[in-house]
Amino acid sequence: MTSISREWLVRKTLMVTAMVVVVGLALVVFFMVKESLPAFRKAGPANLFSATWNPREGRYGMLVFLVGTLTTTAGGLLLGTPLALSLALFLTQVAPRRSRGLFSRAVEVLAGVPSIVLGWLGFTMLVPWIRSVTGSSGSGILAASIILAVMVVPTITAISRDALEAVPSSYAQASLALGATRWQTIFRVILPAARHGILAAVILGMGRAVGETMAVAMVIGPASVFPTSLTSPTHTLTTKILMEMGESTGVQRSSLFAMGLVLLFLAMALVVLVRRVSKARRYEGWVE
Amino acid sequence: MTVAEVRARTAESRSQHEVVDTGGIGRSSSLKELEMVHNQAAVDGEAKFRLGSMSLYYGERKILEDITMDIPERKITAIIGPSGCGKSSFLRCLNRMNDLVEGCRVEGEVLLDGEDVYRRECDVTALRQKVGMVFQKPNPFPKTVYENVAFGPRILGIKERAQLDEIVESSLKKAALWEEVRDKLKEPALALSGGQQQRLCIARVLAVEPEVILLDEPCSALDPIATQRIEDLLSELREKYTIVIVTHNMQQAARISDYTAFFLIGCQGDPGRLVEFGETGTIFTAPADERTERYITGRFG
Ligand SMILES: Nc1ncnc2c1ncn2[C@@H]1O[C@H](COP(=O)(O)OP(=O)(O)O)[C@@H](O)[C@H]1O
Ligand SMILES: [Mg+2]
Repeated sequence: MTSISREWLVRKTLMVTAMVVVVGLALVVFFMVKESLPAFRKAGPANLFSATWNPREGRYGMLVFLVGTLTTTAGGLLLGTPLALSLALFLTQVAPRRSRGLFSRAVEVLAGVPSIVLGWLGFTMLVPWIRSVTGSSGSGILAASIILAVMVVPTITAISRDALEAVPSSYAQASLALGATRWQTIFRVILPAARHGILAAVILGMGRAVGETMAVAMVIGPASVFPTSLTSPTHTLTTKILMEMGESTGVQRSSLFAMGLVLLFLAMALVVLVRRVSKARRYEGWVE
Repeated sequence: MTVAEVRARTAESRSQHEVVDTGGIGRSSSLKELEMVHNQAAVDGEAKFRLGSMSLYYGERKILEDITMDIPERKITAIIGPSGCGKSSFLRCLNRMNDLVEGCRVEGEVLLDGEDVYRRECDVTALRQKVGMVFQKPNPFPKTVYENVAFGPRILGIKERAQLDEIVESSLKKAALWEEVRDKLKEPALALSGGQQQRLCIARVLAVEPEVILLDEPCSALDPIATQRIEDLLSELREKYTIVIVTHNMQQAARISDYTAFFLIGCQGDPGRLVEFGETGTIFTAPADERTERYITGRFG
């Protein structure tokens, strides 16, 4: 085989692979839209985005679940981000060089814990504990947020660690040489210089939290109503789809596809956000 | 501490130095030390830094050995020597930036205004404000021009806008950069040219009102015109500041410095030593050591 034809073969193979991916994605979107069309046509957007889920009376509102997704995600990030950032700072700035590898491995292992394991721990330990402390049912947004925090910490830690490590040491040198302390250097120079990477890390963590199903399903409730407190049962988009998928037909089934479509849009919006953030001008001047 | 006290203390350290057994170093080297003492005597005015038998180690490795010299106040002292002889390391001894290197250890005395900068109770942040540093590659922060200059004053706790404005303007003027950037204060510093960035770094140092400015090959990344501007600037700053500049460029040392120190390593892996130190005119026209002569005439190795 001549080199020209081999190159031709490689190029065609790669092109076909790329096409498969693009076509696959297009098919996903196509089927999601196609399957959710009946819900939009028969129930209508006003019904679909209302707060009432009662299929027997023809009510297919997903607002409760959308709010559940947004609040648990926000809760998980609120709890997880400070922890992850502290960890990343510890790993890059404080930990002795020799033990950094060890801590990094630990974070990677945490990232690899299957979500069902975390969900199980949440169900058997976290929820009963919250129940005994608060006297409520124990499951709900708080429990889900805590579990999600544990899940996003490795993601956010690993990516912000890379961002912090990518800050040129010449910045820190300049700051220290001006008489800044190590903490002043970290908070006034290193963190701000890494802020795009850290923001991207948080957005990727958000993606993980939005999509998480199993672990959340085990601690969220379930209930198809707005929660009355952080520790009363509710649902997220993913957990609702999970619960209903086996036994729904017709418009009800179609409305689950509509929820899936909303999740898909959320995920796409996050990807766009990440791209925006990581493309942000490198030399952008910043002011405290 | 009065000048007399400083002198007395240094004399003491020097006599200690003579007692120290220098091991394998032969007679020729103690002759050289005599010459160096002679050279030091030639330094007029006061000494800002007095180094007494300073040695520097990075872990087990000795990087600099037995450096004894005075750095005169409000003069430009050039440090010359081949790559790897420890010029940058020497400079970092003076503001303790070496502390960042794991396993770094300094022996002997490094007196700034008569006080040892390596004494236990030395406030390193105050030291670094007093002894500013400009690096080889311009390293402005990824902030605006204004925020770069205001960084040091802010670290010192100055918050008032008017006061910061004033410091920024006067520092940029001192660094001969004001005219070029007065309309660009809110623009990113990294958008400036290399030479402007380096002068911005000098302005950033001037903003904390240092007494000494250390420059590590500040022009090695710049074109001749930008280099010329930095040299002019340094000549102006000489009036008010003690300047120590490492340079690869022999003409530059000859052009701008009052005193020159020549560093050299014997062979690979040996520590760097101060071969000769004296007035720049003398070093370049009538060096006492033939190695200095060979180096400055470009006939080394
Ligand atoms: N951070 C460091 N850690 C260990 N060794 C270093 C470090 N910096 C410099 N050195 C070593 O110290 C010696 C002197 O280096 P340097 O001071 O940079 O010399 P110069 O500036 O004269 O070229 C070199 O052999 C170099 O390898
Ligand atoms: Mg150097």
